Amino acid sequence: MSGRRIFARPARFAAIAPYLWMVLFFLVPFAFVLKISLSQTAIAQPPYEPVFDLTAGWEALKAAFGALSLDNFRLLGSDDIYVFAYVRSLTVAVTATALLLVIGYPIAYGMARLPRRWQAVAMVLVIVPFWTSFLIRIYAWINILQHDGLLNQTLLALHLVSQPVVWLSTDTAMYIGIVYSYLPFMILPLYATLAKMEPVLEEAASDLGAPPWQVFWLVTFPLSLPGVGAGVLLCFIPIVGEFVIPDLLAGSNALMIGQTLWLEFFTNKDWPVASAAAIVLLVVLLVPLLLYERLQKRQLEQGR
Amino acid sequence: MRKISRLSRFNVASLALGLAFLYLPILILVIYSFNASRLVTVWGGWSLRWYHEFFNDRAMIEAAWMSLRVAASSATIATLLGTLAAVALSRGERFRGRTLFSGMLYAPLVMPEVITGLSLLLLFVALNAERGFWTVTIAHTTLTMCFVAVVVQSRLGSLDRSLEEAAMDLGCNPVRAFVAVTLPLIAPAIVAGWMLAFTLSLDDLVIASFTTGPGSATLPIRIYSEVRLGVKPEINAICTLVIGLIAVVIVIASLASKLSSSQGESAAPL
Repeated sequence: MSGRRIFARPARFAAIAPYLWMVLFFLVPFAFVLKISLSQTAIAQPPYEPVFDLTAGWEALKAAFGALSLDNFRLLGSDDIYVFAYVRSLTVAVTATALLLVIGYPIAYGMARLPRRWQAVAMVLVIVPFWTSFLIRIYAWINILQHDGLLNQTLLALHLVSQPVVWLSTDTAMYIGIVYSYLPFMILPLYATLAKMEPVLEEAASDLGAPPWQVFWLVTFPLSLPGVGAGVLLCFIPIVGEFVIPDLLAGSNALMIGQTLWLEFFTNKDWPVASAAAIVLLVVLLVPLLLYERLQKRQLEQGR
Repeated sequence: MRKISRLSRFNVASLALGLAFLYLPILILVIYSFNASRLVTVWGGWSLRWYHEFFNDRAMIEAAWMSLRVAASSATIATLLGTLAAVALSRGERFRGRTLFSGMLYAPLVMPEVITGLSLLLLFVALNAERGFWTVTIAHTTLTMCFVAVVVQSRLGSLDRSLEEAAMDLGCNPVRAFVAVTLPLIAPAIVAGWMLAFTLSLDDLVIASFTTGPGSATLPIRIYSEVRLGVKPEINAICTLVIGLIAVVIVIASLASKLSSSQGESAAPL
């Protein structure tokens, strides 16, 4: 056992470089977001009034703290656009995550019940689309969903509709895009727990007379809850802040928070409000983020 | 027995539908990139016209070159840092600041990209850094090293630690034991981590949009601005080329892990 401890010392030194990197490029930037969210907009480059200027001494620092204002946050709370955007982000994320769970579960279950040999193949097949570009996958759907795209052509040829349906710039298109992009993130954690489960348990329940749906609700589903939790968090958190999919597939009359942040930043050049929007988004996501981190840590450290 | 077989028919159907859902859109995109017609929806016979168009599009080529350079450099730095982080977390036992460290490593995996992008840009502006190749590379490294760390850490966790201990009992110092024993065993995961980092960087639109400067657009930024204006066959051709490149990367990755798995170790997933 002393071998472990001897090994641990240089291993700890390995942390130094990545630690410094993450502090500098992940932690410190949040301080800047917070600082700028509390400052005033200015027509300048960069477009905000600097609040702290450490070179100007203590008096200036005191004045600077006096100048800090919650105006940007007040604006977010009072302007309907932002309130709607947050509400919409959460509803879209909840709906999409529910859809993903309902669609992903049978696929993951099907994978877990394949013969061992085929499970590895199915897993690769699920992962490969995740490697192809995100933007390309959304673009592929624009191809299919556009006015004279393949979907409308097929529907017309089958006489299911009499005239082309408008798919693009609708919530339906957005949900298709989200489900399509995030499906692997839902399937893989579900599959991981389902594959570990003993099929004997299900057989026992069904031998004892439970009908299939009861076997599922009383045995399979409760045992797969860790996977459900991981999949739900892995999808929900990034979907709340999603920008590209709603921007390209949904209509522009109702925006998600990622889109308003982007607009404030790139179009209105209002960096303080964009920063305040980011802070609020982060606060909204804090609880699911912490839950996810605990899950992730437990999972990775189980093997030790 | 019969109940089980009925269940598996449902399983096979959902699996087949799921895979069709995942692959059909990409397949359609690739097929239509060879369409001779200018109208994306009308089939005009096979042609390489749009590939020709792409290779004559200077702005696109420059963006593609920029993306490849950023992806290769950020993936390399991220693999180095991510592997170090994974070693520290899985072999370092307890150390001060460990909770913060692992927290910082897991958070970017799910953090909305708009937040990561915005915060890094504000840092670069405050530092007065000139925005372009290096700022995007740093931003991508920050994101992708976390993925590398997770992939390598899960591999390290499944390794038999008595091998390292045996090497040290036989007189290796810890560093030598790591290089001679641990490193070869986790090599497939490191290769997989590099590939993942490379493709993630090649793919990223949001973080690159925030952190790049004028005149140095990456390929996704160019594609995005074109896509907003509508579907163009040239974009199909570019997307097909990117998919082809990623396919080559995946094949190399799986060959690399198969090569080292012939030593009796199975490759890490992802």
